[in-house]
Amino acid sequence: MTTSNSLYRYRQIKSAIALSLATVATVIGLIFLVWILWTTLINGIEALSPRLLTEMTPPPGEDGGLANAFMGSLMIVVMAVVLGTPIGILAGTYLSEYSRGKKIGDLVRFVNDILLSAPSIIIGLFVYELVVRQSGRFSGYAGGIALGFIFLPVVVRTTDEMLRLVPDVMREAALSLGIPRWKVTVHVLYRAASAGILTGVLLAVARISGETAPLLFTALNNQYWSTDMSGPMANIPVVIFQYAMSPYDEWHTLAWAGAFVMTAIVLLLSVGSRIILSRRGK
Amino acid sequence: MSQVLASQRAESVGVKRRHGATGDMVFSAIVLCCGMFVLIALLAATFSMGWGGLLAFRTFGLEFIYGTEWDPVAQKFAGLVPIYGTLVTSALAMIIGVPISLGIAVFVTEVAPRWARGPIGGAIELLAGIPSIIYGMWGLFTFAPFMSDYIQPVLIDWLGPLPLVGALFSGIPMGIGMLTSGIVLAIMIIPYIASVMRDVFLVVPAQLKESAYALGSTKWEVVRDIVIPHTRTAVVGGIFLGLGRALGETMAVTFVLGNTHNIAISLMEPGNSIAAAIANEFTEADTDLYLSSLIGLGFILFVVTFIVLAAAKLMLLRIARQKGE
Repeated sequence: MTTSNSLYRYRQIKSAIALSLATVATVIGLIFLVWILWTTLINGIEALSPRLLTEMTPPPGEDGGLANAFMGSLMIVVMAVVLGTPIGILAGTYLSEYSRGKKIGDLVRFVNDILLSAPSIIIGLFVYELVVRQSGRFSGYAGGIALGFIFLPVVVRTTDEMLRLVPDVMREAALSLGIPRWKVTVHVLYRAASAGILTGVLLAVARISGETAPLLFTALNNQYWSTDMSGPMANIPVVIFQYAMSPYDEWHTLAWAGAFVMTAIVLLLSVGSRIILSRRGK
Repeated sequence: MSQVLASQRAESVGVKRRHGATGDMVFSAIVLCCGMFVLIALLAATFSMGWGGLLAFRTFGLEFIYGTEWDPVAQKFAGLVPIYGTLVTSALAMIIGVPISLGIAVFVTEVAPRWARGPIGGAIELLAGIPSIIYGMWGLFTFAPFMSDYIQPVLIDWLGPLPLVGALFSGIPMGIGMLTSGIVLAIMIIPYIASVMRDVFLVVPAQLKESAYALGSTKWEVVRDIVIPHTRTAVVGGIFLGLGRALGETMAVTFVLGNTHNIAISLMEPGNSIAAAIANEFTEADTDLYLSSLIGLGFILFVVTFIVLAAAKLMLLRIARQKGE
């Protein structure tokens, strides 16, 4: 009796220890989350000033702003969105509507998932070979294309998933009216899945807004105001990288300001779109 | 006679072509092209990087992988040091990150009160949303000083004198280095691994767990003997997914690894990784051979992550099929 009782207690204690360790692991994860966000917030708010939006990136040792970098980032991201959205939505449509039961569709989905997690610096190297080396110079266009390649798989994936959530009854009802398939896709399915597809695009924008590695050797950097996308362009992530790695305090402050603004935008976009997505999933 | 009928029939079918057939053909062709674009993108990336690294592979042959010399002045490039750094930091990230991820997944699915599960899971996933350069800045300005002030001296004092293991923990507490990079990488991959584990843990049939509870199992025994064995493949898939991320992560590692061309046994020493070497040196590469060597390293990284991610995907597909049934 006593032995079985002690065995039972031993098992209970073991279980309690294991579950406490699981709790500790979660606490560790949450501590790091709060720590990182807190560091960014404290250093960022201290560094915020209206000059960020009015002045250019300064030379070492001087005060300045990030106006040219914000502008450059905006233009590069817009270019990526303009390139990636139509291709992404159409490729997602192919996966969901036109490749059902075909092996090739599974292959494309597989490759897309790999592109989704592929190291972003690899995409930078690829676009360097594809665009920068061919055209002979670093350019905002190359940066936009690089971000476009990171943007694309996110949109393909969400479009595919969202379209598959549309009930088949809707397709059958529309087709039975004699409406051609492409019209069914464009006017019925896209409309039914539009909120989901849009949040997918927002999620992808959040993903590329903080990407640094692919811009290092495509858009490069530019100390001056430039809206010419055929030349090197300043952008927030690369400026943060350059300034944070430098030994100058003024540059560190600017890097934190940029980091704070960028993190705020990225997290708002990704949290917002995730909330909308999870509501639709229910 | 029958031929005439057949051709007439064909004609009449031709006349009564389905309304909108042209539009359908055009649209499905466009859609097909976009779908194939994804395939072509991957092929083109592989090809262009293989092409870009060709000069380095040709010049140095196999030595490019096992040699340690990286000397831009003498134009000698061999990649063992960054390859070693990538492998060691990723291994550290897995050793630290996998148990924590498992703990989080168990906590969120088994321990936490029902109302807290969604918010806690969401908070952990928020870690995945933070841009990697922020991890880098936090690592360099906040975490590395913390490591050199509090953690590394303790490790060096306690573990340094031990035989064998001691070599890993000897040196000066500099803050930046392999260990710090490994920890930062671990934090970055935790959300990916934990969310895969949580999702698959939720797929375990309730009957299985209830039968085990009915036989008198404790909660931990149910997790260890029912939940984990049932989801083993997908759990490994999730771990591989995290490994794929860790291998290719660039910005965070570039900040805290130290960018030193150095192979050291001690985890306190700075080093270099493939991604960090490319990020730091690419714009400085002034000769074709230098550039080609960096792209060659990128090609090696690409091939390795591709294999890891493909394996992850295949393992996760299996559980997805189970879910579908």
